[in-house]
Amino acid sequence: MQAIKITSLTYIYSKKTPSEKVALDNVNLAINEGEFVAVVGHTGSGKSTLVQHLNGLIKTQSGSVEIFGNPTTDKKKLKQLRFDVGMVFQYPEYQLFEDTVAKDVAFGPKNMKLPKEEIDNRVHRAMELVGLPYSDFAERSPFELSGGEKRRAAIAGVIAMEPKILVLDEPFAGLDPVGVEEITALIMKLKREVCPTVIMVTHDMDSASALADRVVALYDGKIVADGHPKEVFGNRALIEEIGLDVPFVARVVDRLEGEGICLDKGILTIDELVSALDKYKKLTGGESHV
Amino acid sequence: MFKDISFGQYYPVNSPVHRLDARVKLLITLMFVVGIFFIKSYFGFMLTAVVLVLIILLARLPIMSVLKSVKAVLFIVAFTALINLFLGGENGSEVLWAWKSLVITKASDHTTIKMVLRLVLLISGASLLSLTTTPVALADGIESILSPLRHIRVPVRDIAMIMSIALRFIPTLFEETNKIISAQKSRGASFDTGGPFARAKALLPVLIPLFVNSFRRADELAFAMDSRCYNATDKRVKMKVAKIGIGDVVALFVMCAFFTVIMLDRYYWCGLVDTLIFGGLL
Repeated sequence: MQAIKITSLTYIYSKKTPSEKVALDNVNLAINEGEFVAVVGHTGSGKSTLVQHLNGLIKTQSGSVEIFGNPTTDKKKLKQLRFDVGMVFQYPEYQLFEDTVAKDVAFGPKNMKLPKEEIDNRVHRAMELVGLPYSDFAERSPFELSGGEKRRAAIAGVIAMEPKILVLDEPFAGLDPVGVEEITALIMKLKREVCPTVIMVTHDMDSASALADRVVALYDGKIVADGHPKEVFGNRALIEEIGLDVPFVARVVDRLEGEGICLDKGILTIDELVSALDKYKKLTGGESHV
Repeated sequence: MFKDISFGQYYPVNSPVHRLDARVKLLITLMFVVGIFFIKSYFGFMLTAVVLVLIILLARLPIMSVLKSVKAVLFIVAFTALINLFLGGENGSEVLWAWKSLVITKASDHTTIKMVLRLVLLISGASLLSLTTTPVALADGIESILSPLRHIRVPVRDIAMIMSIALRFIPTLFEETNKIISAQKSRGASFDTGGPFARAKALLPVLIPLFVNSFRRADELAFAMDSRCYNATDKRVKMKVAKIGIGDVVALFVMCAFFTVIMLDRYYWCGLVDTLIFGGLL
């Protein structure tokens, strides 16, 4: 089933002023239920503007956005839209405000006007899911948690609304490598267990290539590439032209090419790289100097 | 929610007014503002408006940018106007209109018009300062003007630094507020439904993170300044030392002339020019 359908979406900031800026230029995009899409692009390419259209935070100027067949312009369903499309902003820990973690996680479900037991159930479940055991964390102040715990608490606040689509804006920003690994594992777990459709805005090409099964690259408000990470990152000329980094493994492949060892440009994981090198070794009779 | 908050923000063009020394501009603005309160005749208002327009043209500002700041306080102007119109009448003045206890007299009519003119000119004039001066230059200028107070142990440098920092963080905080509002909206918060009490309560999820983040930012900034050995002692020197140029002297001179005419008009000519120009109209 189609989860998101965006048709000729154009958005212009400060329309009709000297500082007018086209953020989105005739964007067409359809995302199916169960897909993991990474939206990548340089600063100011329009990625944030695009995802903020998904739950009606930004009103469409021209074109249309449909979520499960419902246009986001439907005022009566705006609240429901916000609950269906769970939006985790960049640095979500900076929006925590309640005096206990449980209360903060309950903010979304409360706004949904759910019965009290249901709210408690959801808070319980969401906290366990993100790895903050209810018994330990429920009564603690969100402001005394560690950085990583805060971020997970904030994600729990979105998960507790049980969204059908999860949108993450730069979920790894400001994390150390261990934190990145933890949040990566969490995102995969959420996709598996509660919310199969995930859209992630990121400029971390390593996570984009490792997690997503589809990469959408934006440049100057236009979609310039859309496909499997192998295809998108395989087109090195384009990636360079739109000012993106190449994933780490792909950089290794490029370096090897410089040394005269030509491998498939679509290689993105360490495992693929190792097996490709093994094959190369057999072909050349072990003559490689790697 | 805060889209039009940019009123009075620095408008970056290169013009003779922009190039003036911030201290001179502060003094000029002060004279202008004080001058406006001494105006009594329509001639005075006309003269001030002409001077104002000339400055705007010289500063290469679009008229709209100045009017925008007037728009921001339109409500206050309208409110004051109404109060003046109905309650500002003097006894014995010719009554123009009356309904129950509300009376408009010829005198209140004139006070109202003058009050509106005064407010509009005042706000336009003051906004010119911030439109043509960068916040940093402004803070430096204030520091320089207040520097004699150091002799009576007023921490002028600290005050100037606090002002610069406060000015610097206004746009940052607005951006942050918008982000938090978006985030809470995404969790189903609504800020425009319910009674005034419900609305005030709905703002808590925005205000609390905003305060927490401001303290965090302040803390980080303090650490950053500390690790660069910042201290506000007299030994600190400026990278750019402001100097008074010929343009500044000319500007001051023109402003003094303007001020003198306003004073003469009030205390010496006593509305004579008004009668000469507008004659029977009033």
